[in-house]
Amino acid sequence: MSIMEYNGGSVIAMVGKNCVAIASDLRLGVQSLGIASNFQKIFPVTDRIFVGLPGLATDVTTLHEQFRYRVNMYTIKEEREIEPETFAALVSSTLYERRFGPYFIEPVIAGMQRTPSGSYKPFIAATDLIGCLNFAKDFVVAGTASDKLFGVAEGLWEEDLGPEDLFETISQTMLNAVDRDTNSGWGVVVHLLTKDKVITRTLKGRMD
Amino acid sequence: MASAGGGAYSYSLTVFSPSGKLVQIEHALAAVSQGTTSLGIKASNGIVIATEKKSSSILMDDSMIEKVAVVCPNIGLVYSGMGPDFRLLVTKARKSAQAYWKIHGEYPPTKVLTQEIATIMQEATQSGGVRPYGVSLLVAGWDITRGPSLYQVDPSGSFWAWKASAIGKNMVNAKTFLEKRYNDDISLEDAIHTALLTLKEGFEGQMTEKTIEIGIITVPSLEELEAGKVEGTGRYKPTFRKLSEEEIRDYLAL
Repeated sequence: MSIMEYNGGSVIAMVGKNCVAIASDLRLGVQSLGIASNFQKIFPVTDRIFVGLPGLATDVTTLHEQFRYRVNMYTIKEEREIEPETFAALVSSTLYERRFGPYFIEPVIAGMQRTPSGSYKPFIAATDLIGCLNFAKDFVVAGTASDKLFGVAEGLWEEDLGPEDLFETISQTMLNAVDRDTNSGWGVVVHLLTKDKVITRTLKGRMD
Repeated sequence: MASAGGGAYSYSLTVFSPSGKLVQIEHALAAVSQGTTSLGIKASNGIVIATEKKSSSILMDDSMIEKVAVVCPNIGLVYSGMGPDFRLLVTKARKSAQAYWKIHGEYPPTKVLTQEIATIMQEATQSGGVRPYGVSLLVAGWDITRGPSLYQVDPSGSFWAWKASAIGKNMVNAKTFLEKRYNDDISLEDAIHTALLTLKEGFEGQMTEKTIEIGIITVPSLEELEAGKVEGTGRYKPTFRKLSEEEIRDYLAL
């Protein structure tokens, strides 16, 4: 069995109209044995950026600390908050640094990017475990249920969904995809970002 | 013993003299003030940096001399002092800018690159077996957070932001001249002419497109920024560029 599937877990991010959403399951397991149902895989980076880190649980913690360190250094040195696009580049270069002994994580990034005119536009991206970036216009998936997430998202996602519709779409996609994956599930958490606020909701899911 | 000038303190650059000075740094500043005059002026819509480029002999091919250097698409440098030291610093600055690009996917803000150069110059004042850099630099750049900015870096590694400044042989006169001429809403075109006028003060011989060099920052419009990367190249439009000899000739003619 692949080390990528050892602890289980999945993340998805979706673009809406002037908003983005990122969701993950809450399971931590050791292969088929469930250990915890409150394992957070999504972390805030700034007020406008979230990063999801599905993969090997030990690397979830290590990479989270690594990103926190690098973003803090950036913020102090540059006297400004990091933008989602720049953070994506930082994630990519951090992972590629370990090209021949990688972290077993496939990060998903969701944020609201500041435009030169001062407004905000949704931004999502995902990378593989060595940092190859995928900038998508619609949605990105990662984790043990990624193939199922792809299928459901392809069916449910539409262009220009408002915040509430986007929340419904990402929640249904996540809940239904993880139900068909043995290594993901045990509850779902959704973060919904608009230009001025973040809404976090925890959803109940099947516990089997 | 080293008796010329600083006495016993003039050799080891890391030893303070009793008066609290690092004599080697003072000497480096003296080297700068013997160098040709360079200046920079920040305008409302851009920055101009300029310097004189005079060759010691008419036989020299002055088209090869480069005193205004492009570091990355949004930052340029000019110097007064020792040419070889400048070349080394330009190479290091360019490498630093590319290293930043590899990590962040964009070129560094002016302040960050200036800090980086200043750090390199400071290290030469505290390390063994080296001497301080014999140059002062003017760094002109544009970035999305701070807009156009103009910095000066000295051999000691200290740096400041200026609205307008001059370094080198005529810096005192040039600065007084700039103080009289400068106002906050000067346009880039006016700033280029002020720069030429300032250089002309204390310029020996004929000022032609062959004997001066000019670099400019042009602040991109909101439309250009919103348009983002240029079609085909996949890059943003550069904000720093050097003026060609033809362009300089046109400015001199006016």
